[in-house]
Amino acid sequence: MGLKSSLHNFREKNKDKKWLPAFSAIHTFLFLPNETTHNGTHIKAADDLKRTMNIVIMAMVPCLLFGMFNAGYQHHLAFGEIQQATGGFFSSGFWTMDNFMVGFWKVIPLVIVSYGVGLAIEILFAMKNKHEVEEGYLVTGMLVPLIVPIDTPLWMLAVAVAFGVVIGKEVFGGTGMNILNPALTIRAFLFFAYPTWMSGDKVWVQGAVERDQLIAAGEKLDAISGETVLGSLAQNKGAGYEIMDMFNGFIPGSVGETSTILILLAGLFLIFTKIGSWRIMLSSVLGALAMGLIFNGVVSSGWITESSKFFGLMNTEFWHHLLIGGFAFGTVFMATDPVTASQTNKGKWIYGFLVGFISIMIRVFNPAYPEGVMLAILLMNVFAPTIDHYVVRGNVKKRMKRLKVKTA
Amino acid sequence: MGLLSKKDAALIKDPLADNNPITIQVLGICSALAITAELEASIVMSISVLFVLGVGNVVISLMRNIIPSKIRIIVQLIVVATLVIIVDLVLKAFAYELSKTLSVFVGLIITNCIIMGRFEAFALGNGPWRSFLDGIGNALGYAVILIIVGFFRELLGSGTLLGIPVLGDPIEKTGLYAFGYENNGFMLLSPMALIVVGIIIWVQRTRNKTLIED
Repeated sequence: MGLKSSLHNFREKNKDKKWLPAFSAIHTFLFLPNETTHNGTHIKAADDLKRTMNIVIMAMVPCLLFGMFNAGYQHHLAFGEIQQATGGFFSSGFWTMDNFMVGFWKVIPLVIVSYGVGLAIEILFAMKNKHEVEEGYLVTGMLVPLIVPIDTPLWMLAVAVAFGVVIGKEVFGGTGMNILNPALTIRAFLFFAYPTWMSGDKVWVQGAVERDQLIAAGEKLDAISGETVLGSLAQNKGAGYEIMDMFNGFIPGSVGETSTILILLAGLFLIFTKIGSWRIMLSSVLGALAMGLIFNGVVSSGWITESSKFFGLMNTEFWHHLLIGGFAFGTVFMATDPVTASQTNKGKWIYGFLVGFISIMIRVFNPAYPEGVMLAILLMNVFAPTIDHYVVRGNVKKRMKRLKVKTA
Repeated sequence: MGLLSKKDAALIKDPLADNNPITIQVLGICSALAITAELEASIVMSISVLFVLGVGNVVISLMRNIIPSKIRIIVQLIVVATLVIIVDLVLKAFAYELSKTLSVFVGLIITNCIIMGRFEAFALGNGPWRSFLDGIGNALGYAVILIIVGFFRELLGSGTLLGIPVLGDPIEKTGLYAFGYENNGFMLLSPMALIVVGIIIWVQRTRNKTLIED
């Protein structure tokens, strides 16, 4: 008897034990179960939910690895230990073991906490409600470490994950029933609860906060600034980085959000495997470009002067918005979440366009924190069912008209 | 309670739990969200509502046979407004700082649905003693939730209770703060009050399944 069938027999034997969902969760994580997912609003094909999730996770792994290298790179660069990497994406100054290890030891705990707390809560609820542990958390658990600053204290992450999973998902009935994207709920919680750890010019570089505390305690060290591109634009200080650096991702930011090129590849991969919706991704990009163009138009027609606090961000060339901040990451991995996005094709166009449009709008006008992707997606999550409703109603109306013409 | 008959005791007991004005009838949410960031404000608000609702119910009940039903809402409003002004002036006289914190929300007791709701639903059809008990009961039900929400919001949001630091000093880094703990700023924002009220509703309905509507 092989391992697979003996595990399966073990499961059959203990069918009514209370801890079975916990076992099944780990079991089905490694082996394909004999049955596939059979409910949830997001199931639109014969694919098992776990298959879907695994593909998304595969798409995220390059971003995660890049994030580790980048964390180390930003750390060493800010501390003046290495020179700026030159020579494009495969620059040898960037892909060093030294960089990787710094990031590795910071990112892996984030991943472990995110999965540990999230899965523990999922298992708890599964045991209480006597259903299988749902796979939804697999993607969320991977997304979370990618969208937080590298130095986020682990206990804060744990609190936020607990909040996000319980309030964002379980109270609505678990995977497939949630209104808001759980990963973004977690990030929004962190952002509103502990703003000093989620914004500013320190948190994006590993060690900068610690250095700041040492300086405050009286040690004579140079302060480190790890301002993000958006942060420095918002202060009218210019981008501070080359376009290629932004595209490659050699800039400070949340762990996995910086590398536009890898996110682009991941997006193509998701479109190719038909997991992510190309309609949402494309329309979101169009929406962002539209808003960017409007802002550029406002600047060039002279309505906004250089003294305005919005000048820096408004004057940013419209397509640069795609390369900086969390826009690319949010569009590819968050906006396309099949549970919380619109379901109808026309609805996806509207939903995606508004995500992009509002992202850039909030990014420019948000006085405290120059980024809006998270808030834009959460806002549109709320409106997605409404959009779907009207698309369906519109369709019904059109068909009714056709029916009348036919029968008349 | 030997003092009260069983029926009268229910008037006080029911609104405390299974017929709570906030968690079951979902009334008076506005003030519950706005002023619960501090425990002290919650307590003062609770006492104010206790006074307004207790006295108001008695007054309306005494007048119930002479109020023409066409203008009863206006009469009710005048009664509440009078009582609220009394509360407002007393607060301004004896607790000026607090009345500044509560700001407009003392005045807005007038629009608190619980009060008009009890006038309409109970005081207009019952005697003064029973109306008084009903008013006290509902105000206490409101107070319980306000104080629970205020307790958690102040403890987790500011690390204090009634203004006294209980978790240590966040600037000197003593107590819990020495371990890297930080106050949760989200707790001070109104959305979190809504979520806390939601959690109370959730817990209450999990414990008593008969409260769940379809």
